[in-house]
Amino acid sequence: MELFNPERWAATLANTDLLWQGFLFTIEVSLAGLLVSLLVGTLLGVFSTTQSRVLRGISRVYVEFFQNTPIVVQVFFVYTAGPMLLQAITGAEHVVRIAPFVLVVICVGLYHGAYVAEVIRTGIEAIPRGQMEGAQSQGFTRVQAYRYVILPQTFRIILPPLANQALNLVKNTSVLALIAGGDLMYQADILVADSGYLQGYIVCCAMYFLICFPIAMLVTWLEKRSRAPRKARRTATAGATEAEV
Amino acid sequence: MPNNMIDIVHLNKYFGDLHVLKDVSLSVREGEKVVLIGPSGSGKSTLIRSINWLEEPSSGEVRINGELMTKKNHLEITRKYTSMVFQQFNLYPNMTVMGNLTLAPIKLQKKTREEAEAEAMRSLKRVGLAHKADEYPQNLSGGQQQRVAIARALCTKQPIMLLDEPTSALDPEMVNEVLNVMVELAQENITMICVTHEMGFARQVADRIVFMEDGQILEEGTPEHFFTHPDNPRCQAFLDKIL
Repeated sequence: MELFNPERWAATLANTDLLWQGFLFTIEVSLAGLLVSLLVGTLLGVFSTTQSRVLRGISRVYVEFFQNTPIVVQVFFVYTAGPMLLQAITGAEHVVRIAPFVLVVICVGLYHGAYVAEVIRTGIEAIPRGQMEGAQSQGFTRVQAYRYVILPQTFRIILPPLANQALNLVKNTSVLALIAGGDLMYQADILVADSGYLQGYIVCCAMYFLICFPIAMLVTWLEKRSRAPRKARRTATAGATEAEV
Repeated sequence: MPNNMIDIVHLNKYFGDLHVLKDVSLSVREGEKVVLIGPSGSGKSTLIRSINWLEEPSSGEVRINGELMTKKNHLEITRKYTSMVFQQFNLYPNMTVMGNLTLAPIKLQKKTREEAEAEAMRSLKRVGLAHKADEYPQNLSGGQQQRVAIARALCTKQPIMLLDEPTSALDPEMVNEVLNVMVELAQENITMICVTHEMGFARQVADRIVFMEDGQILEEGTPEHFFTHPDNPRCQAFLDKIL
């Protein structure tokens, strides 16, 4: 079995410089993509909870489109159409190349933005209406109520699914390989193609695992924390005991 | 109208096609305790919620201490004059009891944390829950949560307290601890409007009982008048059913 051939393993492991480069690149793309998806998702998620039909409609169409089409198709489309579109917009002589990094950050960001939007929406909707009314009865404006009362409560609910989205996002950055992106998957593919040793893919998997497993642990921890009851906190003022009452 | 704390004048409220409040007028003097009763769906809650603009009137006026409430000034008036206790408590679950009591004083009334916490402790002592200041609301019983909600309403020191069925969501054995706090509150000069089905409480503390049905006020009077010889036959029918 060549998979256990020590020579092949030695050769592969001696050649991991490019893989580590891809590893770092994948992390960079993931972080940037996550940022885009959080911005897009928060905006659209809040849109979908407003009173405005237009904003809710925009959010709905966006979410349904991105959730119901494959990201690979989206990437290929943007890869092909993007440069032509930019050429048309800027009036350049030739098609305008988009760096693979930018392209995937945009694609992954927009794609996961749709999922993040749903997370944000359900998070806000999970807060009972009485919370807003309680805040308003005290004289808080809607914005203040969101800031002090509603949003802090949503964090607990949305953090686990958001971390889960981050995890999926990392894995989805591997579509970069399809357009020669320089990411981890791409480097592994080159290594395997050059050497003919499949070990490169295994190392590649291990490296993705290195990124994703901690995030998965984070998801589990956040989920546990979001279910745990809040415990009493000792503050400076509350020195009172039962006896004083 | 110098002594009226609240003036509701020809108030109408629609929910879509549903006419919930039909030309309701009601005035409440400073320090008066008014208990609103009536069958469910009669508009009592909508009426009390109109007083702090949780329900915006479809037409008519709400005046607090002579000031006309509008879309623009309702928050300002609410901050100055009214606090509310809800059926479902509506405490903030992400904050401790102390956090619940000090949020509005610190953020809206611009008190220092020390002032706000001292005031909060005074309020908590009054409802007998000073030892729960560091707890989160969901670790308290329903009765305790509602007493915290009353303390929260107290410590912002508005002259009007609105109570919307404060004991309706409680287990029977917890109703009395909340009613006792309310009875004690009623000794003070605070203006109190309470929607409730607790007739014992109504009889004990109300200066005036207002009976509503089908979006209208059908009968008003002292508890004495109201419980012994109400003029309106529907009011009598309601009393027969619940007493």
